[in-house]
Amino acid sequence: MIGKTLETRQVGRRELIAMFGAGAVAAMGIGLFPRDAAADAKAVDAAIMKATGGKKTQSGKIKLDLPQIAENGNTVPITAEVEGDAGSVKTLHLWADKNPNPDIASFHFTPANGKAKVSTRIRLAKTQNIVAVAEMSDGTMYMAKSEIKVTIGGCGG
Amino acid sequence: MAKSKARVKVPKSVKKGEVFQVKTLISHKMETGQRKNKKTGKKIPRMIINKFVCQYNGKDVFVADWAPAISANPYMAFYVTAADSGNLDFTWTDDKGNVTKKSAKLNVTG
Repeated sequence: MIGKTLETRQVGRRELIAMFGAGAVAAMGIGLFPRDAAADAKAVDAAIMKATGGKKTQSGKIKLDLPQIAENGNTVPITAEVEGDAGSVKTLHLWADKNPNPDIASFHFTPANGKAKVSTRIRLAKTQNIVAVAEMSDGTMYMAKSEIKVTIGGCGG
Repeated sequence: MAKSKARVKVPKSVKKGEVFQVKTLISHKMETGQRKNKKTGKKIPRMIINKFVCQYNGKDVFVADWAPAISANPYMAFYVTAADSGNLDFTWTDDKGNVTKKSAKLNVTG
């Protein structure tokens, strides 16, 4: 936008400074989000590392059921299921990689659950990936990712 | 804060060995700690339910740790295998240590 203005007309020095000033403020405003997002992507990796203890994760077993597009990021229904016999699933972690705080929840199952399937409603700040890691009772880890588009974010602000 | 109201739904009766769904809902703002008070510009402190526990006849069967990403008025559904008749007890604990409890009777047949 600034570039275009520069091309189309002569701009006085003061104007230019004013424009860049405004631009800088805008950039700061916008800049906050990408920086946060980058930090969060790392935070998710760190959280995964912590949850898995650095173990390799395999794909499969986890089924994430969530809408492709969420109009309201304040309440997005999500259902997650980990295949396996009763008691074979220990914990299921969920993260949202571009939320201000990537943690969503950790669900701890017991053999008495019968199946490791949970449903809840979550908040999503913007279009992003939901990352799920399942910790099985035999120590193996499974990971799944699912992208979700969010029309209106749900983290206030 | 207003006292949280909890609702739970379990089947009236289930057969032994059957895997049934338990649905729970509790009223809670689940303040994320990200929102700002529009007048003062100050951040509204985080205040969420961070732990949900379901006990079946006194034994933990399902535990969930919640982060601020769980929506207001948290809904939680999960599954339990029917073993014996008895109680399902639910506990929600928030950041201030407020505990909300609810229990449901379960009738296991055959």
